[in-house]
Amino acid sequence: MGRELRRRTPDELLLELQSEEPESSVQKGRLKIFLGYASGVGKSYRMFDEARRRKARGQDVVVAAVQPSVSAEVAALLSHLEIIPLIAVAEDQTAVDLNTVLARHPGVCVIDGLAYNNPPNFRNPTRWQDVDEMLNAGISVITSINIQYVAEMRQLIESVTGKRVNPTVPMSFIQSAAEIEIVDAPSEEPGERSPEQQMKAVKREQRLSRLRELALVLAADVVDHQLTEYLQRHGIDQHFGTHERILVCITPRANVQEMVETARSIAEKFHGELIGAYVSQHHISAADQAALDEKLTLMRSAGASIEMLHGEDPVDAILQFARARGITQLFIGHSQRSGLWSRLWGNPVDKLIYRSRGMDVRVFPQ
Amino acid sequence: MVEQRTGKLRIFIGYAAGVGKTYHMLEEAQQLKAQGVDVVIGYFEPHGRKDTIARTEGLEIIPRKIVDYRGSTFEEMDTDAILARHPAVCVVDEFPHTNVPGSERLKRWEDVQALLDAGIDVLTTMNIQHLESLNDQVWQITGIRVRETIPDWVMEQADQVVMIDVTPRALLNRLERGVVYGREKAERALQNFFRESTLVALREMALRQTAHEVEHRSLVDASDALAGNGGPPRPDQHHRILVLVTPDPETAMLIRRAKRVGDFLDAECFAVTVQPSGGLAGLPEYDRESIERHLNFARNLHIETRILVGDDVPAGLVDFARRNQITQIFLARPHDRDWRSFFGRDLIQRIVGLARDMQVVIVSPREPVAGVSK
Repeated sequence: MGRELRRRTPDELLLELQSEEPESSVQKGRLKIFLGYASGVGKSYRMFDEARRRKARGQDVVVAAVQPSVSAEVAALLSHLEIIPLIAVAEDQTAVDLNTVLARHPGVCVIDGLAYNNPPNFRNPTRWQDVDEMLNAGISVITSINIQYVAEMRQLIESVTGKRVNPTVPMSFIQSAAEIEIVDAPSEEPGERSPEQQMKAVKREQRLSRLRELALVLAADVVDHQLTEYLQRHGIDQHFGTHERILVCITPRANVQEMVETARSIAEKFHGELIGAYVSQHHISAADQAALDEKLTLMRSAGASIEMLHGEDPVDAILQFARARGITQLFIGHSQRSGLWSRLWGNPVDKLIYRSRGMDVRVFPQ
Repeated sequence: MVEQRTGKLRIFIGYAAGVGKTYHMLEEAQQLKAQGVDVVIGYFEPHGRKDTIARTEGLEIIPRKIVDYRGSTFEEMDTDAILARHPAVCVVDEFPHTNVPGSERLKRWEDVQALLDAGIDVLTTMNIQHLESLNDQVWQITGIRVRETIPDWVMEQADQVVMIDVTPRALLNRLERGVVYGREKAERALQNFFRESTLVALREMALRQTAHEVEHRSLVDASDALAGNGGPPRPDQHHRILVLVTPDPETAMLIRRAKRVGDFLDAECFAVTVQPSGGLAGLPEYDRESIERHLNFARNLHIETRILVGDDVPAGLVDFARRNQITQIFLARPHDRDWRSFFGRDLIQRIVGLARDMQVVIVSPREPVAGVSK
């Protein structure tokens, strides 16, 4: 089978240019993030070990932030590395010495702990903004963060841990990283405990497991984003199906209740993406429009994004969209129309099954 | 004799050779040894990697068994010797390995089962592409049919699944420097499994699978703990899945997909074939063998199977479904050439028409992405 090439869209060409030839004369630094789900999983060690290896390969590496207390192993790694100390305003108020880093202008700067607020009167309110400035100055940065401190995760994390998270880093900054690496480790293993201790331990472990799961999914989402960009850049008009994407086809008369329930639970279990789509019709009665709106609201409340599709042939419109978006599971209700209409034009469900490729088509009772 | 506890299994999962699974496993073994735990290496594949070999220093290695096969000698893990030595923890590299014919067990994961049954904890390694239920997706991504697979229920038995992550770029750097393979082999590997997009896709699959394993264990642990305290049992298994088995080669793909969806939904799975009176015996040899192979495949994945008797396939299937409170029927999308025949379009249409109170899922094969197949 030959490689499938096609003309690239202007957006894709732009993306390609941006990723390969930066517009300014200064080449932006590369950001690499080590993501963990709790302290103590070994992020610092992995990061400084990479710093040591890079230095051994001849890269100009500087450390500009270390954690308040470090393990003996980390200390051993640090002893081989150049360090620009943090500026301490008070015991728990520190900031990266940004000016010194920019003046020293290393090839790679290592920042252990990305989620910190700077003390008042510093140039940037947060450390991630300092890092952004380094990147813009052409310094590559290696840094670490725990899932708790990703802003968009905050609500979820607070509901899991019951603790309020303060300094946070926006997801868009995490996603802008050239590379992300997860530092995974098993959550604590329960030993012999009394039933009461056991319950407590199980609850704690559940919280940790949930954080661990969230970190893995976040890393997967960032990787998925990179994969999509890569495929677009190379003009490969196909998806890998690594991420389950569920498309629910909505019509005014569809019985969406069961579709939405099943779609929600499958999307949740697979950590998948949920999309609801309807094909616009020229003549739609007020009653149908109201019914449609109600169904779209139901879909939205299940966490779905909604797409309006256009096309002479609804089956074509749906399949075209499904292919472009890498849909892996397509949900559709039993056809309302039967009899003469089907005999003349073909049953749309049948047509959809016939034309579908590389996905599951799930037909729902009406 | 005192009843033995079952050993605990920990799987270090990666997405390609060279991500550091074996290295991390050995590091853990070293830590256990430092804590005074009796740990041995049951099988280790050095691949000529210096850093990794260095991590075996000071660990007891159980010598491999020499097996003769067709005039050549092969080295396999000596499971009997490990059982006799009976350490607390045993390190076993390359979980999905197939043993040379004539070995006591077909697969290394079966050897590991024997160790676990004897109460020995096991640390092992595998890549995501060897998980049975992802076989078709891996084919789609790489154009390669992975033959050495681990059934999903084996992975589910593991107490812990840990993802060993490294970025594809770092991995490709290692490969180019010749750390992972010898130079020549590296060239070839770069062409196939190691294309960057392939690596990124496999990595995403490994991350998502590990997330699933973490969530699954957390739910099971919680319900176990609650059950111990008189709390409610696990939620009702409200989904029940039925798979139609035919001689069509796509049936294997269908079974894998149905089982994967079933596992994620916590649904029970059944696989049935509907045959005219006389059962399988009356079928042409090819059809009979194909169906038997598919039923056997389903059973190996821990799916219950039945052979139903009836001249009308859709009626027999839907009737069975109704009597067994099935909520979802899984069918393979017919090939284009069969679409108009009785076993094609009409079959699907009639099942969809009869099973109006159930969900019917029509699965089509995942074709390899353009440009990846050889």
